[in-house]
Amino acid sequence: MTIPVHLIWLIPALPLLVAGLGAFTRHRGVALGAIFAMAVAFVLSCLALHGALQHPAVPAVFNFAWFDLGTGSLQLGFLLDPLTALMCVMVTFVGTLIFIFSLGYMKEDPNFSRFFCFLSFFAAAMLGLLVSNSLLLLFICWELVGLASYLLIGFWFHKPSAAAAAKKAFITTRIGDLGLLLGLLWLYDSSGSLLFFDGGHGVLETATIASLSGQTLACGLALSTAIGLLIFCGAIGKSGQFPLHVWLPDAMEGPTPVSALIHAATMVAAGVFLIARVYPLMSADALLPAVPVHALTVVAFIGAITALMGALIACAQNDIKRVLAFSTVSQLGYMMLALGVGSWTAAIFHLLTHAFFKALLFLGAGSVIHASHHEQDIRLLGGLRTKMKVTFATFAIGMMALSGVPFLFSGFWSKEAILHAAHEWDVSHLPLYAGLTAVLLTAFYMTRLVAETFFGKARSHGSEHAHENPAVMTVPLVILAVCAVVLGFVGTPYWPWLQATLDPHYEPTHGGPSLMLLSIGLVGAGLGLGWWLYARKLRTTATARDPLAVAAPGVMAALANRLGFDPLYAASFGRLNHFLAAFADVLDRRVIGSLVNFLAQFGLFTGSVNRQFDEDNINDGFDRVSAVVRGTGRGYSQAQTGETQGYLRVVALAFIVLALVLALGGVR
Amino acid sequence: MTPLHLCLLLSTGLFCIGLTGALARSNTILVLLGIELMLNAANINFIAFWRYGPASASNDGLMFVLFGIAIAAAEAAVGLALIIAVYRHQKNIRLQEATRLKG
Amino acid sequence: MTVALIFIAVLMLGSAATAMVLRNLIHSALLLIASWAGVAAFYLWAGAEFVAFAQVLVYVGAISMVVLFAVLLTRQNLDDRQPAEPASRARALAAVLIGASVAGVITATVLSTSFKPSAAEAPNATVKQIGLDLMESHGATLLIVGVILTVALLGATVIAATDKKSDPEDAQ
Repeated sequence: MTIPVHLIWLIPALPLLVAGLGAFTRHRGVALGAIFAMAVAFVLSCLALHGALQHPAVPAVFNFAWFDLGTGSLQLGFLLDPLTALMCVMVTFVGTLIFIFSLGYMKEDPNFSRFFCFLSFFAAAMLGLLVSNSLLLLFICWELVGLASYLLIGFWFHKPSAAAAAKKAFITTRIGDLGLLLGLLWLYDSSGSLLFFDGGHGVLETATIASLSGQTLACGLALSTAIGLLIFCGAIGKSGQFPLHVWLPDAMEGPTPVSALIHAATMVAAGVFLIARVYPLMSADALLPAVPVHALTVVAFIGAITALMGALIACAQNDIKRVLAFSTVSQLGYMMLALGVGSWTAAIFHLLTHAFFKALLFLGAGSVIHASHHEQDIRLLGGLRTKMKVTFATFAIGMMALSGVPFLFSGFWSKEAILHAAHEWDVSHLPLYAGLTAVLLTAFYMTRLVAETFFGKARSHGSEHAHENPAVMTVPLVILAVCAVVLGFVGTPYWPWLQATLDPHYEPTHGGPSLMLLSIGLVGAGLGLGWWLYARKLRTTATARDPLAVAAPGVMAALANRLGFDPLYAASFGRLNHFLAAFADVLDRRVIGSLVNFLAQFGLFTGSVNRQFDEDNINDGFDRVSAVVRGTGRGYSQAQTGETQGYLRVVALAFIVLALVLALGGVR
Repeated sequence: MTPLHLCLLLSTGLFCIGLTGALARSNTILVLLGIELMLNAANINFIAFWRYGPASASNDGLMFVLFGIAIAAAEAAVGLALIIAVYRHQKNIRLQEATRLKG
Repeated sequence: MTVALIFIAVLMLGSAATAMVLRNLIHSALLLIASWAGVAAFYLWAGAEFVAFAQVLVYVGAISMVVLFAVLLTRQNLDDRQPAEPASRARALAAVLIGASVAGVITATVLSTSFKPSAAEAPNATVKQIGLDLMESHGATLLIVGVILTVALLGATVIAATDKKSDPEDAQ
């Protein structure tokens, strides 16, 4: 049993239906509806995956005309291939678990139903993004995802920091989306289509790719490179890559399930997914030796910088969610790195495993936060190991998966795949070194996080009275933990099922055991360093200085300050923006406003002149005429005395006068 | 001094008596009667010209008088009805007081 | 002939003038009836017998009765001997002056006019001829006068009638 491609819209439609219903009611049943819809969508996704696996090399598409545009028509479509199906399964599965977790986490919130409405809306947009066969439909869903993210980050909008974070996330990602939009328009302009696959005419099919990479721009870039880089801008914004990563840590102001679902597992992966989706376009210039830069090279270096930078900053953060957020930035950098060095299957592999263990970590953090009365500062936590056994166990599994503890955990295998791909990249080895450094750092900061949070003794009232959460929150943790272990085995070098499924032309390459040994060694070093610094002598008071700060205060301060990106942006773009706004304000007030005022005054002046003329000349003329008429009438009416005999007297006198006139005048 | 002149002088006298009465008296009935006198004076003129006028072949003057008498009867009836209405309204029949229609 | 005319004139003008001067309405009315009778006599003198009879019937018979009724119906105070007010006196004076002027003007005109001599014998004014004239050459006028009389009498009735519904004050 499978699901035909023209019915694949059902997967996003179900959560969308719940979101629509949830917009009109405050009933708590919306949550159950949302979970049910996600579960059904998960089942449908599994059916779709089953169908896709039967013909992995041929993507099933269903296109339809949206509306006519001039002579042609704008086409949208749905697509079903292993990539889409796997992503759908991941999103719906993780989504369902996070929805269930939210039942417990958001139980006390007065806007419970609204939260699930937004979550469903997000899920619908995300799934729509995955199943679209058109860059336009993808862009629409992309923006809807951004909107959902905005709504959910700002869910506690009464907190100024949350409102500001929501705004920051929205605006920062918009900057990237502008590039995506430009790329989209350029692509439509040069190829006449936005469909991915369209029976030979789609933008990802050989003819168009060849045509695009064959054209060279004035600056020496191939056309496909330029378009690809513009599209990559969208991915930079959405996936929190350097230099647009600043929004992602702030997005942790939202409720923790949101952080887990959107800012760890799914939405931020959309950028990676996008690049993987348009991979043929991105790699079209790979065989052109004359171009100054390849699109994928840029992707690789951006990814490498992001991976290293995220891992560095994560070492110095004290907020449990912020550590995880920078870890996410770093891991997304890994994925971009993998894309850039040519192994998009490794990127997707890491995306999937990361989704599970990062969702696990975030939900674990949520569990900790929930249990310890919304305490997020790791310096104030501590000692939760014994109080929250299930949470600790699952969190530890997630931590080891993220750190890449060998063999048993999924993160190890996916990271290995990336490192191997980077090793084989013949352009440069710098990304490989950045990735290896990040491996060490990842293990280090995760050890620090676990040691500070779960070991030692409780350092605040909230963590002292923490106790394990109910099953509705722990069961999803356990399920995710199992996945975080098991999922690694679908892509090991010895059985690369995932890679082979995604890419029919995949050729297993293995750089030999030396690189693997090196990375294992680095993981061990990281863990050991973390243990040596933080677990050997556990923190006793909340105010005690961080051992790293003791060792290298300047570095620590810079890292804690997130390498100064936010002040830098505030001082540069922020100030520029302020200046432009002030300029526009002055322009508006002084120039345009005074012009408008002048026109208004002029209008008033002419109006008053007109009115004066009216009153003085026209009205006055009429007034005088009527006054004269009235006076005459009054005079005549004076003659009407009502005295009958007076009239008769007048008649007689008039007769006499007339007779005299006749007689004397001699009119005879 | 022909008979016609005499008749005309007679009618002149009657007319002027009626006119003076109509102008002088304040009792509405008497004013009306003065007007009747003036009408009679006109009738006298008709008869005079019928009888002694230059072209007295037809009876038109006579006819005028007959119709005039009929009209005078109608006038008297309406006038006296008006007088009664005025009396009912202002409790007397002084013509000087019936000035409601003044301008 | 002329003597008869002068006699008639004296009767007619004298009673009319007296009637206009007297303060007693009943007396005035009776004197006016006498004056109208004088007019009828003049018609007889002039040879218009039919008109004279009509004058007697209409004026002396009908109008005089109506006038008497009106006088009696509107009588407030027969002994109203209040002295004439100055306004009334001035009005009377003006009336006399005007009347005299009109009389003078007309008299002068009449006296200064010389008419063509009339036919020797009186026109044919037998009752038969008058009936023929009325019905033949003045038939339309006769009809119109009939309508006028009817309308006038109906109007007089309406004017003089008491409208109880629309004017409850007067109904008492």
